[in-house]
Amino acid sequence: MSRMTMIQAIRSGMDNAMEKDDNVVVFGEDVGFFGGVFRCTQGLQEKYGRQRCFDAPISESGIVGAAIGMAAYGIRPCVEIQFADYMYPAYDQITQEASRIRYRSANDFTVPIVVRMPTGGGIFGGQTHSQSPEALFAHVSGIKTVIPSNPYDAKGLLISAIEDEDPVMFLEPKRLYNGPFDGHHDRPVTPWSKHEFGEVPDDYYTVPLGKAAVRREGADVTVLVYGTMVYVAEAAAEEAGVDAEIIDLRTILPLDLEAIEESVRKTGRCVIVHEATKTCGFGAELMAVVAESCFYHLEAPIIRVTGYDTPYPHAHEWEYFPGPKRVGDALKKVMEAA
Amino acid sequence: MSDAKPLSLYVPEPEFRPGDKPDFSNVEIPQAGAAPRPPIDVEAGDIRDLAYTIIRVMNREGDAVGPWADMLNDDQLKEGLEDMVRVRAFDARMLMAQRQGKTSFYMQALGEEAIACAFSKALQPGDMNFPTYRQQGLLLSTDYPMVDMMNQIYSNAADPLKGRQLPIMYCSKEHGFFTISGNLATQFIQGVGWAMASAIKGDTKIATSWIGEGSTAENDFHSALVFASTYRAPVVLNIVNNQWAISTFQGIARGKAATFASRGLGFGIPSLRVDGNDYLAVYAVAKWAVDRARAGHGPTLIEHVTYRMGGHSTSDDPSAYRSKEEATSWPLGDPVERLKEYLIKRGVWSDAQHHQMQEMLEMQVAEAQKQAEKNGTLHDGPHSSPATVFDDVYHEMPLHLRRQRQEAGL
Repeated sequence: MSRMTMIQAIRSGMDNAMEKDDNVVVFGEDVGFFGGVFRCTQGLQEKYGRQRCFDAPISESGIVGAAIGMAAYGIRPCVEIQFADYMYPAYDQITQEASRIRYRSANDFTVPIVVRMPTGGGIFGGQTHSQSPEALFAHVSGIKTVIPSNPYDAKGLLISAIEDEDPVMFLEPKRLYNGPFDGHHDRPVTPWSKHEFGEVPDDYYTVPLGKAAVRREGADVTVLVYGTMVYVAEAAAEEAGVDAEIIDLRTILPLDLEAIEESVRKTGRCVIVHEATKTCGFGAELMAVVAESCFYHLEAPIIRVTGYDTPYPHAHEWEYFPGPKRVGDALKKVMEAA
Repeated sequence: MSDAKPLSLYVPEPEFRPGDKPDFSNVEIPQAGAAPRPPIDVEAGDIRDLAYTIIRVMNREGDAVGPWADMLNDDQLKEGLEDMVRVRAFDARMLMAQRQGKTSFYMQALGEEAIACAFSKALQPGDMNFPTYRQQGLLLSTDYPMVDMMNQIYSNAADPLKGRQLPIMYCSKEHGFFTISGNLATQFIQGVGWAMASAIKGDTKIATSWIGEGSTAENDFHSALVFASTYRAPVVLNIVNNQWAISTFQGIARGKAATFASRGLGFGIPSLRVDGNDYLAVYAVAKWAVDRARAGHGPTLIEHVTYRMGGHSTSDDPSAYRSKEEATSWPLGDPVERLKEYLIKRGVWSDAQHHQMQEMLEMQVAEAQKQAEKNGTLHDGPHSSPATVFDDVYHEMPLHLRRQRQEAGL
C-alpha cells in the first residue's frame, strides 16, 4: 500500500495491467519516452519497451482508428488522448466504429480498447483544455464511460476498463490529478497523500464498472455526481447543513440504476451536479431516470447544478463551474419544498 | 489602390457530361510491359515514376509482356477468369433481386472485378482485409459460401449478421474480411492498426486496407498513411480509382496536379498505379506489395485505375451525370473480356468453354439464390428474432438494455 496521486495510481494501473497481460499496449502523443504531458505513462516505455509503449503522431482519429484495428487483431490497446477536448477528430472512430463493431459484425469482431483522456476544468486551461464531453459518449450505444474521482478508484476502474470486453472511454478529471479539490476556489489543493483515497495498493486490484459508490450517507436528499464535483458536493452538504446522500456514479454508462433508485426512494429528493454544460448534459439523463423510476417518491422538483451553456471561459472558470455555494443553494431549495 | 483583379474559384469539371460523345484518345495509356519491376525492398523515391504511370501486363494484341508478366500459370488464370465471371453473375442476379423488391439495396462491381479477385490470390489465410464496398470479389474468389452472402443481402433468418447491416456490408473474420462501415475511410487506418498489432506480436500476417478514390479526401486516409509510414506497418493500402464517387468525378478529390498514388510519396511509401482492368497486372503488383509487407519492408500504396461501369448503387442513376457511352469508351477495356481473349490467344481457352463456364456459374448462382430464399428475403421473412436487436451491443447486456428489452416484450 502506498500513498499515490491520481497520476501515480493511473500509471500503477497500467503497469499492473501490462505486467499481467502481454497484449496490453499503450500509445498516444508524448506517452513514450516523455511519459505523457501529465506523466501518467512515465517509465512504462523503459519497463516494457517501445513495442508496448510508444509515441503516436498527432492524429487522434489515427490513434483511435489504429487502436481499433489492433484490438480487432487481438491485442488490448490503452491509448491516451492528450485532452478530452482533442477527442473530437476521433469521435467518428469512437462513436461509429468502436461502439458498433461487435454489433454490426454479430460478435465476429470485438474491439476492447480503452481511450484515456484528461477531462474537466479548474486548471486555467481555457476553452480547449477544459471540456467535459461525457454526455457525447453516453448517448452512444456500445461504449462505456468511466469518470473516477480519486486515486483508488482510478486505478481499480482503469484495470477493469483494460480488461473489459467493450470499448471504454476513461475520463480523468485533471483537477484531481494531484489532490482532491475541496470545492473552494481560494484554497490550495490538499495533496492526495493526506487523503484517505490516496491510499492505493501497489498490486493488482479492480473496481467494477457500473457500480456507484456512496461517498456520504444521508437521509434528506440524494446528490448524483461524479468526478471533480464529488468534492464540491461534499463541501456543499457540509456548509449548507443538509443531510445529503452523495452518490459518486463512477461510471455513467453502464449507469448504476439500482443505486440511484434506492437512494432517491429513500430520500425523496434529488440534486444533480456536473461541470459540463447544462442543455442535454448527462444531468438531463439522470433527471429523466429519476423522474421515470422514482416519481411517486419525490417530495421536491429535481434540480440540476451544472456548467453554463457557453464555451469554457479562461479567466472566469471559477464562476463557470459549480462551487459549493451554488450546490448548497440547490440543496436548501429542494429542502424548502413541501 | 490595388490593381489586382478579383479572384475566382477554380472548380474542376469532368470532360464529358450526358449528351457528350466521350473521347479518351488523349488519355495517355502507357505501353504494357514498359514499367520496371523493382526489388521489394525498394525505397519510395527510387520508383517515383511508378506513381504516375500505369503498370500494364496485357497489351492490345492480347499478349502478356514485360517484367510483371508470367507470374501465374494457365490453371491459375482460368481460375481468375472464373472468379470474375462468378462476381459478374452474382451481381447480375442480386441486382435483379433488388429490383424485384427482395432486398433494399445493392452495389455491383461491374467493370472492377479484376481488382478484388486478383488481389485475394496474393493473400494467405490469416491475412485481413479492411474492405470498402464493391470488393465482393475478395469473398467470391475464396471458399466463402455464396449462400451466406445472399443471406446477408436478404437480411433473412440465416443472415450471419442478424439483419443489422445494409446488404453487401459483409463480414467474416474467418475469411479475412473485416466488417464494412458506411462511414467512409474509417477502415483505412484500422487496417494499419491491425498490421501494427501483427508486427507488435511478431506474427507473419499482413493487412490490406481498401478505399475509393473519392474517400481519399477523408482525414482517415491521411491518418492511415502517416501511421503506416511512421511504423512501417505490414499493410497494403489500396485505392480503387473507378473515376466516380456517386456523381462526383475523380478530379474533385484529386485536383489536377497529381495522381492518387503520388500521395504516398510524401510519406515515403512506395506507390504504384496499376491497370485495374488487367488481371495479370493487378495480381503481379498485389503479390509484390504483399511480399514486401510480409518481408518486413513496410507499406505499399496501390492505385488501381479502373472504371465503374454501373451506377454507384441501386439508388443511383448515372445517366443523369455522365455520358452514356463513357463506360464502353473507357480505354482500359473490360477485365473479363481481356483475360478471356488473352487465354484464348494463349491457346488454353475457347469461346465455347467460356460460354459453358458462364452458364455453369449462372446456374450455381441461381441455385445459391434458391437456397438463400428458403431462409427468407427482406420483406418476406423469416428473419432473426427481434430479441436479437438487443444482443451484441455490449459483451454483457447492461441493466438499462435488459429493461428496454423487457418493455418491448422480447
